[in-house]
Amino acid sequence: MSAETAPLLEVRNLKMYFPVTRGIFRRKVADVKAVDDVSFTVRTGETLGLVGESGCGKTSVGRGILRLVEPSAGEVLFEGQDILKLGPTQMRKLRRQMSLMFQDPYASLDPRQNAASVVGEPLVIHGMTHSASEYEDRVAHLLRRVGLDPAMANRVPHEFSGGQRQRIGIARALASDPKLVVCDEPISALDVSIQAQVINLMKELQDGADGLTYVFIAHDLSVVRHISDRVAVMYLGHIVEVTDADRLYENPLHPYTRALLSAVPIPDPVIEASRDIILLEGEVPSPLNPPSGCPFHPRCPMATADCKAISPALDEVEPGHQVACIRV
Amino acid sequence: MSPILEVKNLRTVFKTESGNVTAVDGVSYHVNEQEIVGVVGESGSGKSVTQLSVMQLIPNPPGRIEGGEAWFEGKNLLEYERNGKEMRAVRGAKISMIFQEPMTSLNPVLTIGQQLMETLQLHKGMSTAQAHKRAIELLAMVGIPAPESRVNDYPHQFSGGMRQRAMIAMGLSCEPRLIIADEPTTALDVTTQAVLLELMRNLVRRLNTSLLLVTHNLGVVARYCDRVYVMYAGRIVEEGPTREIFANPRHPYTVGLLKSMPRLDQPRQHRLLPIEGLPPNLVNLPPHCAFLPRCPYGTELCSTSPAPGLAAVGAQHAAACHLNIEESRT
Repeated sequence: MSAETAPLLEVRNLKMYFPVTRGIFRRKVADVKAVDDVSFTVRTGETLGLVGESGCGKTSVGRGILRLVEPSAGEVLFEGQDILKLGPTQMRKLRRQMSLMFQDPYASLDPRQNAASVVGEPLVIHGMTHSASEYEDRVAHLLRRVGLDPAMANRVPHEFSGGQRQRIGIARALASDPKLVVCDEPISALDVSIQAQVINLMKELQDGADGLTYVFIAHDLSVVRHISDRVAVMYLGHIVEVTDADRLYENPLHPYTRALLSAVPIPDPVIEASRDIILLEGEVPSPLNPPSGCPFHPRCPMATADCKAISPALDEVEPGHQVACIRV
Repeated sequence: MSPILEVKNLRTVFKTESGNVTAVDGVSYHVNEQEIVGVVGESGSGKSVTQLSVMQLIPNPPGRIEGGEAWFEGKNLLEYERNGKEMRAVRGAKISMIFQEPMTSLNPVLTIGQQLMETLQLHKGMSTAQAHKRAIELLAMVGIPAPESRVNDYPHQFSGGMRQRAMIAMGLSCEPRLIIADEPTTALDVTTQAVLLELMRNLVRRLNTSLLLVTHNLGVVARYCDRVYVMYAGRIVEEGPTREIFANPRHPYTVGLLKSMPRLDQPRQHRLLPIEGLPPNLVNLPPHCAFLPRCPYGTELCSTSPAPGLAAVGAQHAAACHLNIEESRT
C-alpha cells in the first residue's frame, strides 16, 4: 500500500463519552470516557488493525465510525466528507458504502431467518435489485463468493457450523458493495482450524476486484499482525502507538505495546524456554476515573514523576511510526 | 517419577435426540508427580468431558461413563459412588478443578471468603476463625491486594482477572495433589493470562502439585507444559513430550494445527494454511479415522481400515495414524 493513496477514512479527535446518571432526574454524575481523543487514517485498500484489551474502547471506535453509537465529539471523514454532520436520509444512503462484520456468529444472526434473507436484506433495504430473479442471482453470487453452496440458501442458522455462520455474516457485510468494512473480532469465536479459513477468505476478498478496506478490531495480536497493513494499539480510550504491522512487531516503542507483545506465547517450546516476558502489575484503571497524565503510568515499568502530570501526544518518532509516550 | 493419575480406556457417551454421542472414546492418559500436562483440542474434541468424567461430574442423564478406569492413589475413582463419601473426599481436596468462566463458577450471593472457607472447613475440618485466617493467606498468595478487606467482597466486586485468582486460591486451598485447569485463562486478556499462568506455574512448583492444563492455545502449551495430549473427535490422536510434538508432529491434525496459526515470531506469509473442512459430527462418526475427510495425506488404506489406535513413533511419543507422514512432509 503506497503512502500516496488517498485516505478513505479519516478520524479526527474522536470522543465517545457515555454518561453515568443517578437519581430520578437522571442527573449526570460522570462520564465513562470510552474513547478519548482518537485520531487515525485508513487508506483505500488497506487494513488497519485496532488492538487492545477488553474495555480499551476499540469496539466503541468501530461503532462510532459507523455512527451506530453517536460520537460525543470529533470528526469522521469518509472520502473527505464529515459523516457526523449528515442528516438521517443522507446517512442512510452512505451506509451502503460502510458495513460491519460481527464477532459472534451465534448471536448476530436471527435464528429464524434463513441464509438467503440474511444476505439479501441489505439488497432490499438499499433497493439494489429490481427483479426477483436479479435478487436471487445476487444472493447466490454472494454465497458463492464466501465459499457457501447456494443450495444451502434456505437453511436457518442452527443448521450451519460456526465457521459457516461467520461466512454468512461476511456475505451480508459485502451485500451492499461497501468500500469500508469494520470487522469487530470476526474470528474470535471460531476454532483454531477454522480461523485460518476465514482469515484467508477475508484476504482473498480484499485482493479481488473490489479492493475492500478493512478496519480490523481484535485482541489476538498474531492474527492482527497477519491481516493488517498498519496497526493501532489502544489502551484505556487512547491510541498509544500506530505503525506498519511489521515494524510494530519488530520495533515496538510504547511500553504497553511491548508488554502486550511479550504476553503472547509463541507456539514453540524451544523459544519459550528462554523467553522472558514482561508482567504488568495491577489492573486496567476504570475509564470512569482515568489516571492523570499518561493513562498507562500506574502500571508502566518506565514511568517517572513527569508521566503522572503530562498527557503524552501521539507523536511521529520516525516516518510512519507514532507513539504516545514522553519516555520514547 | 510415578503417575499420580492414570486414566485407562475412558469412554463417555451422551444420549441425545439425534442419537448417541461418544464424546470420549477410549482415552488413556496419565499425569506424573510435579508435572504440567497439556490437553489440546478444539470445541467438541472431548477434552473437557474427559476431565469431568474422571471427577464424576458428568450430568447423568444424558451422560454416562460406559467404561474405563481412573487410578488415583491406588484407587479407581470410577468405582466410587458418584455422590458418595469417597468421591467427595477426592473432589476439591485431593484433585481440584479450575474452570474457564470464573463468574459462572463462583456463587454470586456468597463472599469470596465464605466460598474459600467452605472448602477448608469441609475438607480440613478447620474452625471458622482458622479458615478465615487461611482464606486471607490464600488470597495474598495469589496476589490479591489488601486481602484482609477483599476477603469480604462479593464476586461482582472483583475484576475478571481477580475472580480467576480467587478461583486459583480455591483450587489450591486444600493442597491438592492434582489441579485440573479447564481453559483457565481463555476468558481473560493476554496480559492477565500471562500473569496468571506464571503465577500458577510458580505455585505448582512451590506446592509440589501436578497440573493438567486443558487449552486450545498451542502457545500456552509450548510455554508451560512438559507433555501434551492432542485430542480430536473424542480420541487422543497424538501424545508426547512438548518439545518433541512441536519439533516433530506425527499426526496430520497436529501438523495442520501448527501450520494454520499465524505466528508473531515469523515473517508474515500471504496465506495461512488452514485445515480444510469441518470438525466431524460426533453422532455419526465414520468407522475409519475421524480426521480422514480433512486429511491432506489420506490414502485408500485410511478409508478401508478401522480408526487407528495410538502407536509409538518415538520415545514416549505416539500418534494414531496409519501413515508415516514424516516421510511425505516437506
